[in-house]
Amino acid sequence: MDRLLLLGDEAIAQAAIDAGLSGVFAYPGTPSTEITEYIQDSKQAKEAGIRSNWAANEKTAMEAALGMSYAGKRAMFCCKHVGINVAADPFMNSAITGANGGLIYVAADDPSMHSSQDEQDSRFYGDFAGIPVLEPSNQQEAYDMVHYGFELSEKYHTPVMMRITTRMAHSRAGVVRKDVRTQNKLSLPEKKNQFILLPVNAKVQYRDLIAKQEGFAASSENDGFNKYIEGTDKSMGIVACGIAYNYLMENYRGTKCPYPVLKISQYPMPTKLLNRLYEECDTVLVLEEGQPLYERLLQGLLNKGKQIKGRLDGSLPRVGELNPNAVGRALGLNVKEGFAIPDLVAPRPPKLCDGCPHIDSYKALNEAMKEYGEYKVFADIGCYTLGALPPLKAIYTTVDMGASITMAKGAAETDLRPAVAVIGDSTFTHSGMTGLLDCCVDNVPVTVMILDNGITGMTGSQKSSATGRIESICQGIGVEPEHIRVINPLSSHFEENVKVIKEELEYQGVSVIIPRRECIVWANKKRKMAKKA
Amino acid sequence: MKIDIILCGVGGMGALSSAAIISKAALSKGMYMKQAETHGMSQRGGDVQSHLRLSDEPISSDLIPEGECDIILSVEPMEALRYLPFLNRETGWIITNQNPFVNIPNYPDLDKVLAEVKKVKNHILFDADAIAKEVNNPKGTNMVVLGAASKYLKIDLESLEEAVRSNFARKGEAVIEANIAALRAGRAVADKM
Repeated sequence: MDRLLLLGDEAIAQAAIDAGLSGVFAYPGTPSTEITEYIQDSKQAKEAGIRSNWAANEKTAMEAALGMSYAGKRAMFCCKHVGINVAADPFMNSAITGANGGLIYVAADDPSMHSSQDEQDSRFYGDFAGIPVLEPSNQQEAYDMVHYGFELSEKYHTPVMMRITTRMAHSRAGVVRKDVRTQNKLSLPEKKNQFILLPVNAKVQYRDLIAKQEGFAASSENDGFNKYIEGTDKSMGIVACGIAYNYLMENYRGTKCPYPVLKISQYPMPTKLLNRLYEECDTVLVLEEGQPLYERLLQGLLNKGKQIKGRLDGSLPRVGELNPNAVGRALGLNVKEGFAIPDLVAPRPPKLCDGCPHIDSYKALNEAMKEYGEYKVFADIGCYTLGALPPLKAIYTTVDMGASITMAKGAAETDLRPAVAVIGDSTFTHSGMTGLLDCCVDNVPVTVMILDNGITGMTGSQKSSATGRIESICQGIGVEPEHIRVINPLSSHFEENVKVIKEELEYQGVSVIIPRRECIVWANKKRKMAKKA
Repeated sequence: MKIDIILCGVGGMGALSSAAIISKAALSKGMYMKQAETHGMSQRGGDVQSHLRLSDEPISSDLIPEGECDIILSVEPMEALRYLPFLNRETGWIITNQNPFVNIPNYPDLDKVLAEVKKVKNHILFDADAIAKEVNNPKGTNMVVLGAASKYLKIDLESLEEAVRSNFARKGEAVIEANIAALRAGRAVADKM
């Protein structure tokens, strides 16, 4: 077959389609978004009837994926690393129920925080839940591992996590496809109580999960994704996880790495192979793209064994993603250097687009807040987070999806007045609605601005679950209809908008202001699409 | 044979579509390739960059090691300087448009920026916008720069033109021809030097 030029994300998507996927479930999040988008745009997926609409959030997405697996079909869930936090409840508990149809959870981590608020390493979650984790080192392996992952999942009736990082997700390479497999037929779980996690059953299921560990470990030792590569210089052994293996090999281009290497792409860690490396070598260097999870385990709390090198002893940078040079230095090699960046080079931070409706929303808000002073606006995750930067400097917090409303609530339950929350439409239906319910139940004076641009903007114009529903959701939750105010964020409406915001800031109850104007990027895209049609 | 290229610019200037075109051409030649890019926040007027690696042998790292990049191909002069740590000090080329894209208040003095580019021994610094306009493709600056770089890409111009055809196939013959014209005009600049 021909080589297809695919992003890591796309390789995963194409593999899932080819492996008989019946549904993908996801909420957009960099760097995972392109997996679901690829399936949404795939003719092959459409013909196969693969469901692929965006979910309201990662928790609803993962639960729906679990439901599809329950019905015997192959399902995939995708998110960025912090999405696993949102889906942590079904994640942990589906490890205990196990799966029926093949079930893969893809977590796309973002070390160096290219577009994230932290660099948490999803392999911790895999270890925490006790399920197999696959960490491909290249696009072809990512493609192959999706096929393998579904088989592994069905063999052990377990969800399988696939962990990738930004450089895998957003890097293209040639990929060779496998044969297309037909989708599973509908089939209910054979084990009657598998999915009823009443304590009486959960205890049985949990023991069952513990019992599966031996099989998971054997798969890691024997299924070929983890390899022991011989080396002549036993002064050091190297454990290279995921794409860190590539950075290692880059340093020995055209030659052979003199040290024994354990290439790791599947967890639980293959302890037999690891033990061999440890026994044979004087020291061990651990290369992990992410946090030093296995370095720390190998070192132990007291660090009394052989010398373990990596991020903890300063051989590698403690934070951020790896690269060939950092790994080269850890190997003690003479690493090349380029030129220094001239001092005059100025940073070019991302900013809100020209014509963005958020700019007008913030200008009006800033004007209305003038008399109240700074540090009273709590915001959320999306394009509008850029409102924290000059010249707008309109917001003072951004923590996690939905935290604007609940943090404003908690602050308002002191004497902080006014407490304002700024949240996007998609983030509101993702995780803002329940917080708003808390506000209404406690009748706390907060002013919630739901910036409705009709799309999930930051990740590149994905359909928002909120579109057309915001007012009725707010009313249903209990916001008084006269305190649900829709405004038009345009400079020509500035005075009027300031007036509305001021009125609601004075109101000592829950109010919602909805600045509604289409995302400028999305509006342009739509115009182009209409032109084409 | 290997060639490592950093393509850079500001979101929306076409740096990533140049990367896609080189990739397609390389793949059609049966070369190994890897192309890493930054998505997400950088789309919003921020800097964008792509690491593109081509070789006749399998490639390990998605990222180009510092000090080993053969060509920095930029549609904006200050952006070209941002990736200097990657450039091979002896043999690396900077090929860049000379016109600044000013969307920040503290954009440095242009003469100083251009002087920094000229400090690199191998450079092509030229007005790609003007050439794009000359061939009636004012949006084709990225193609002009790509054309200028093509001389050093170790991929023949015909293969690049084929890749342009394939990349813009959906946009019709006029767009394809306009981009090929820009590509050729850029190449002519490099050939004259």
